[in-house]
Amino acid sequence: MNRRLLLLLGIVTTVGLSLLPFLWFLLTSFKSQAEIEAAPPTWWPSGSLSFYRSALFDHHLFDYVANSVVVAGSTTLLALLIAIPAAYALARLPIPGKQGILAVLLCVSMFPQMAIAGPVWRLLDAIGGLNHRWGVVLPYVALTLPLAIWILASFFKELPPELEDAARVDGCGPWATLLRITLPLAAPGIFTAAILILIYAWNEFFFALLILTQPEQQTLPVGIALFQGEFTMPWGELAAASVVATLPLIVVVLLCQRWIVSGLSAGAVKG
Amino acid sequence: MTSSPRLARHRDSLAAWTMVAPALLVTLVFALYPVLDSFWLSLHHIFVGIPSLGRSFVGLENYLDLLRDPVAHQAFLVTLAFVVLSTVLELACGLVIALVIHERFRGRGLVRAAILIPWAIPTVVASQLWRYIFNDQYGFANLLLFGNRVAEYVPWLAYPSVAFGIIVLADVWKTSSFAALLILAGLQVISDDLYDAAKVDGAGLRQRFWHITLPLLKPALLLALLFRTMDAFRVFDLVFVMTQGGPGDATQVLQFYGYQTLFTEGRLGYGSAISFAVFLMILALSLIYLRAIGSSLLERSRT
Repeated sequence: MNRRLLLLLGIVTTVGLSLLPFLWFLLTSFKSQAEIEAAPPTWWPSGSLSFYRSALFDHHLFDYVANSVVVAGSTTLLALLIAIPAAYALARLPIPGKQGILAVLLCVSMFPQMAIAGPVWRLLDAIGGLNHRWGVVLPYVALTLPLAIWILASFFKELPPELEDAARVDGCGPWATLLRITLPLAAPGIFTAAILILIYAWNEFFFALLILTQPEQQTLPVGIALFQGEFTMPWGELAAASVVATLPLIVVVLLCQRWIVSGLSAGAVKG
Repeated sequence: MTSSPRLARHRDSLAAWTMVAPALLVTLVFALYPVLDSFWLSLHHIFVGIPSLGRSFVGLENYLDLLRDPVAHQAFLVTLAFVVLSTVLELACGLVIALVIHERFRGRGLVRAAILIPWAIPTVVASQLWRYIFNDQYGFANLLLFGNRVAEYVPWLAYPSVAFGIIVLADVWKTSSFAALLILAGLQVISDDLYDAAKVDGAGLRQRFWHITLPLLKPALLLALLFRTMDAFRVFDLVFVMTQGGPGDATQVLQFYGYQTLFTEGRLGYGSAISFAVFLMILALSLIYLRAIGSSLLERSRT
């Protein structure tokens, strides 16, 4: 077969299979209850917004979105704040036991959530973090640190050391060098790490399910997983909530595709 | 302003430690201590709902119970089947996707973004989506297959093996693009000269794929295999949302069984034993893989 034809076939198939399933939720979210329940269900929606209205006002969607924004935002900020200096020290400074630290981080990134779930729950119970949004932020930070440090350290290592050396000669300490010289140069690497942490925290379900038990504190994944109606499954409202939960991610992917691709493959090339 | 080199070195290592200290502290408190505590708890009988029973040290009894527990056996087999089936399919799909997005063509950025969308979607949303697609009354699968013949609509998720297949399908849809990105990174380091030389020698598209691309991709494929296997072992969200382990125990995976034991039944000791056993399995698997990857990297550097 002709190479260009094969490529075209590949593009159409992969893009189609990637997008079409979600289209069914998108169409459903703009239908009316009657259109969903018709036998057979209608293909195209009439463009009703009733499911969005009902999801927002009857199903806590507004709370879920606000909580997800707060949780994902603070996780990203806190994780970066901790990961940036750590990655810089591991990439550039002499630390005894560097290999050990890296091995521990790699090991943490393999932990099944369940293996730490019970103790983390008890820990948060002891310090009063259950059913508070900050209670999920803490484990999220711990679980995103390895990836963030990994990406940032490999990025720092690729920066030319000459500028930093010059700053050191002029008497800048490690902190001053990191803040004034390295940080501005490393903006793309920090951006990549930030996107990946953000997506993780926006999507995480398991710890949020354990720690947040009231709709007023729950994030979007918990809300969507536990979505229930009084008598029947409210598929329309669920589809609307899913579209709302996914829309920001689609925007992020469209705008930041290049950074995501480089960030996720960074581990593969250097590992 | 000059300071002695010894003082400067001392200052550097002090600064280095203050830089890593917060990261180490968070990791210690919220990852390392919990894993060790899990192991410690797994050596006890503890029932959360009945504090009067207290906690009693029982040594490895929970692990011996685990070996005799028929539900745990079933969960282990289901998890194993899920891991093998989903990883093989994801690597195959990931390879195809990677070959497509590695080519140069107009609009490649958009195609890459489109392929990343399933990966970016929350797993919970993907689970509800596939559950709805295979819904017996409102689902797209029935509409597509049977159209107006409503009487023939199939309750897909009610059949054990079909439900298992749908969970695999949802996972493959969701994560093939992640495997594709790891494989893409492998494709990008294969030099164009090799392909050009093969073309001069008269090798066709298929020969070039089998004799150049695939052998040189081995390290990237192994790495994707490592990441995907570890992740598939931890499958939870899909099962929680789509089937709750059912119908029967057709989709009862280890993580979900651990969750039920820990948080629904409140058997902290036994639940910890289940989750710690899963942790040990993942650890063992990754050590085996890392060995294989290490040796394949060595092979590559020797040639």
